[in-house]
Amino acid sequence: MAKRIDCSDVNIYYGNFLAVEGVTISIEPRSITALIGPSGCGKSTFLRTLNRMHEVIPGARVEGKVVMDGQDLYGSDADPVTVRRQVGMVFQRPNPFPTMSIYENVAAGLRLNGTRTKKAEMDELVESSLRGANLWEEVKDRLDRPGSSLSGGQQQRLCIARAIAIEPDVLLMDEPCSALDPISTLAIEDLMAELKERYTIVIVTHNMQQAARVSESTGFFNLNGIGQPGRLIEFNPTEKIFSNPDQKATEDYISGRFG
Amino acid sequence: MTATRTQSEPGTSRPPRRLGDRVFAGTARGAGIAILVILAGVAAFLVAEAIPALTAPAEEVPGGRGLVGYIAPLIFGTLLAAIIALIVATPLAVAIALFITHYAPRRLAQGLGYVVDLLAAIPSIVYGFWGITWLAPRLVPFYRWLEDNLGFIPLFAGPTSATGRTMMTAGLVLAIMILPIVSAISREVFLQVPTLHTEAALALGATRWEMIRMAVIPYGKSGVIGGSMLGLGRALGETLAVTLVLSVSGGITFNLISSGNPATIAANIALQFPESTGIAVNTLIASGLALFVITLAVNMLARWIVNRRADFSGAN
Repeated sequence: MAKRIDCSDVNIYYGNFLAVEGVTISIEPRSITALIGPSGCGKSTFLRTLNRMHEVIPGARVEGKVVMDGQDLYGSDADPVTVRRQVGMVFQRPNPFPTMSIYENVAAGLRLNGTRTKKAEMDELVESSLRGANLWEEVKDRLDRPGSSLSGGQQQRLCIARAIAIEPDVLLMDEPCSALDPISTLAIEDLMAELKERYTIVIVTHNMQQAARVSESTGFFNLNGIGQPGRLIEFNPTEKIFSNPDQKATEDYISGRFG
Repeated sequence: MTATRTQSEPGTSRPPRRLGDRVFAGTARGAGIAILVILAGVAAFLVAEAIPALTAPAEEVPGGRGLVGYIAPLIFGTLLAAIIALIVATPLAVAIALFITHYAPRRLAQGLGYVVDLLAAIPSIVYGFWGITWLAPRLVPFYRWLEDNLGFIPLFAGPTSATGRTMMTAGLVLAIMILPIVSAISREVFLQVPTLHTEAALALGATRWEMIRMAVIPYGKSGVIGGSMLGLGRALGETLAVTLVLSVSGGITFNLISSGNPATIAANIALQFPESTGIAVNTLIASGLALFVITLAVNMLARWIVNRRADFSGAN
């Protein structure tokens, strides 16, 4: 439950291209850490290194250390499959499995890796996960309908239910609200506030109001120019970032005076 | 201005259409109608030519056992050979497609893709010769083994054909012939599985195989079924390879490794047509009509299977 993550000097490559350089950051448990910055600065790429999803792309690799409560995620004995079960992820666009029902979507992760769960126990886990994602009341009468029959905001909460069903320690969210309307966004933000009691949450967002609203700490990523690697410019408590940032670049970005 | 407004009022008239649009719509509609006309023409020809055989007295039909007695073993042989081919080819084709799309290094995958496509370019008579001169003799020891060890299953009751020109061999040759089309279509649908879905599975902690089972196969299932039905269509209609490979004598039997095999419809037409006259020709055409109906039924069945769970298809 809710672990802290320490990254030191993380370099992230696509083939020979250095996409993100020298990130050192400590992510606190039971809090929300927001990553902001312009498009292409590497914040999503960095997020994907935290659950080893980056290496899914052919040629992609990571250097440096990512340690979660003493466990080196990139150690020689670390299995990416195990890492991903401990670090859940919610994607930018809602991606429930189209061929599965709402119930099956939530149960999907529980059925993996040869885990056998009894029907009654499974029902309970599905219900608690859907409740945890504030979706139960809306879908309890149509659990056998396809996940894709839900609205965008509901689909995203279904994906959150699917992610928390396997009880990860950390939840990564890659612009989870960018495809949603303001009301659905609000629902997700409320949900995040509840979830941080139990999980470490890292969220990438383009919406600075959202970062300011939901997060305790904020990291600002930037890059010097096209073809240059992205860097973590500043990492501070959210209040400080949005009122009195240490770096000029951060201030320029959040006040909209960005090049 | 006024004219356009009145025109675009709902229900009164259609909005003006551009010339290019009209030409294209007309061409496309023409092509659609042409395929119906061709199909109707073929069907009409088959029915018209088959009627004399349908109405002829039983003893005038070749074989002397009536039309049903003549065609039934052929239908049986056709279906049996095609089903063997499908059972062998589909899992293999899906495995090849999965290997190419998800396991092989990119360069190997490309090369392998070309090789599989190349299989489709080999003329069917070459497959026939290959089957009769190379494959059949080499399968004989295997059939002997089946007869000795699994002979209690009616499929392998024997006695083993000495030439290897059996229903099983014909089915295997057909399997290799339909492999390219089934695997090419499976490969295409597997490649189209959205990254979003494969990543969703991986992020849940799925292994690669679990990801394939969870996201790739369900998404590609209707495409795989469609591909195997195309393959089945080819296997049902294949003429030359079966004509060469299959040693025909006898009627309906499930014995796959003996020398007494029913012919298939297409192979039988190819063999008998040159020497047939009168009512015998009509009988052959009636068997062709039966093949036509079978193929139509197979396609409709496939469509029904694909549409059964349309809600869950991933298309929405």
